[in-house]
Amino acid sequence: MASFWAKEVPATIIIAALLVWIMPMMIGTYTLTVLVIYGMLGFSLGLIWGFGGILCFGQAAFFGLGAYTYAIAAINIGDSTIPMLLAVLVPAAFAALLGAMMFYGRLTDVYLGVITLVVTLILFKFISSTAGPEYVIGKARLGGFNGIPGFQTLNVPGRPNDYIYGDPYFYFCAVLLLIVYLLVSWLLKSSFGRVAVGIRENEVRVALMGYDVSARKTVLFSVGAAVAGLAGALFANWGEIVTPNLFSLGQSAEIIIWCIVGGLGTRIGPIVGAAGLAYLKFLLGQQSMIDNTLLTGIILVLFVLFLPKGLVPAIVSLWRISFGQRRRVPRHGARRLRSRSAGHG
Amino acid sequence: MAEIVLETAGLTMRFGGVVASDNVDFKLRAGELRCLIGPNGAGKSTFFKCITGLLTPTSGQVFMRGHETTGWSPHQVAALGVGIKTQVPNLMDGLDVFENIWMAARRFLPMQDAMRKASEVIERLALGPIARTELGRLAHGERQRVELGLVVAGDPWLVLLDEPAAGMSADDVERMSGIIREMTRTAAVVIVEHDMQFIRSIASTVTVFHQGAVLMEDHVDRVMADPTVRNVYLGKKA
Repeated sequence: MASFWAKEVPATIIIAALLVWIMPMMIGTYTLTVLVIYGMLGFSLGLIWGFGGILCFGQAAFFGLGAYTYAIAAINIGDSTIPMLLAVLVPAAFAALLGAMMFYGRLTDVYLGVITLVVTLILFKFISSTAGPEYVIGKARLGGFNGIPGFQTLNVPGRPNDYIYGDPYFYFCAVLLLIVYLLVSWLLKSSFGRVAVGIRENEVRVALMGYDVSARKTVLFSVGAAVAGLAGALFANWGEIVTPNLFSLGQSAEIIIWCIVGGLGTRIGPIVGAAGLAYLKFLLGQQSMIDNTLLTGIILVLFVLFLPKGLVPAIVSLWRISFGQRRRVPRHGARRLRSRSAGHG
Repeated sequence: MAEIVLETAGLTMRFGGVVASDNVDFKLRAGELRCLIGPNGAGKSTFFKCITGLLTPTSGQVFMRGHETTGWSPHQVAALGVGIKTQVPNLMDGLDVFENIWMAARRFLPMQDAMRKASEVIERLALGPIARTELGRLAHGERQRVELGLVVAGDPWLVLLDEPAAGMSADDVERMSGIIREMTRTAAVVIVEHDMQFIRSIASTVTVFHQGAVLMEDHVDRVMADPTVRNVYLGKKA
């Protein structure tokens, strides 16, 4: 824990600052903003799947819920501060309910996947069918397939006419991602996070130690949904419109692919995977030769076949092979020898 | 006489038409070491699972130190201070030995104390050289020992072990019985076991199961000399 505050936090902040400084020289901040948002969305699934072993096929549900919550609340309230908070709290509460139902019901992985998938579908179908004038929440019309446009976008707290957009909005999103990243890192270093990893490794064993596995999984699931909800609210502000497509299955599938390609079980992997693949999609969107989804599929297949652990773990081990080991050879080798002789002696 | 720490009253478990546990009345006192034996399918493991909460008995009750624990889930039973080792090794394969044991200790202790406790358990069970090795890379005997370490780390007052000596070498078994003897200083211990050699080496009271019910309960030597038990083990009609 001490080395976390002394080394990891400053290092993360420095690297993040460098990236925020350099990246806008190569990619426009408007595109970068959405890459950061997708990074946060990928990160939310990377947390619950990579560290909690919960494969959620419906992370897009929380993303969309966050976006819609923000849009509806912003229309009704007029200032963006409370809607931003609600966009985090509503998906978290929804996930807590859904999670409690699934985890206390002792559902296994497959059913968990099916239920989260179906919940996403239900939300998608429901929101798509709200075109009629009777679907109104306060002053906000849900608008069916056309979505909700024209809500109050992010403003300086308490000053509804001072909008945050363009470059400052990019910095705002980047700083939020950094804060979320650090908070989640701290969570994973804490006892709660370590036990969560234990649950991923062997649920029965952790229960036999006396930990309430269902409660812990529900909390983690809810934290993941809160992060996804925040990403959704940021996305709503970026696009200035929310549509049912946020809930679509394609979106959910993409998040899973980001995690696999980036590297499951790492913190940075899903962020890199999300931003990388989303940027690729953006580039491909400018031409019509190759189909976008086809290429995403090919990338997924190639990764599963050749880099099943994902990009970041592959780079890390490559780094260790080429640079890290030379310094550590004597100690490392000795330790391995000792443990081997102990194992078979 | 010492306090009764574990008691079952009329514990019955049915799977469809099969009665796996038949009206078992069982009492265990503090500090006692008890082995449950019986041929395959005698209902030892079912009985074990009913106590630990892995199964909910069809009828009957389980009491632990005055709490009625019938129908509790395993984590609630474990949280009372009961150390459990299942028949199939249950370990966190992707984590190292220290992390495994630390997690067991952390349930009952604050962060720093849990670290100290984990180091202490690792030293006591002679796991030092492999403390930073992932569980998935260890040999079977070592894994069994680590799982005992997990049980010990929680400082339990009742220990339930399902076949701790299964598939272990003679040396490992000997070390295991040493650890178990040490446990009995602070806890009552129940062991489900096939290995008679092992049971003799820890010389205890034995409860014999047969067709789901308790056949007899006595010291291991008298049990082994009993003609009915011999017949049950050899498959003859008792």
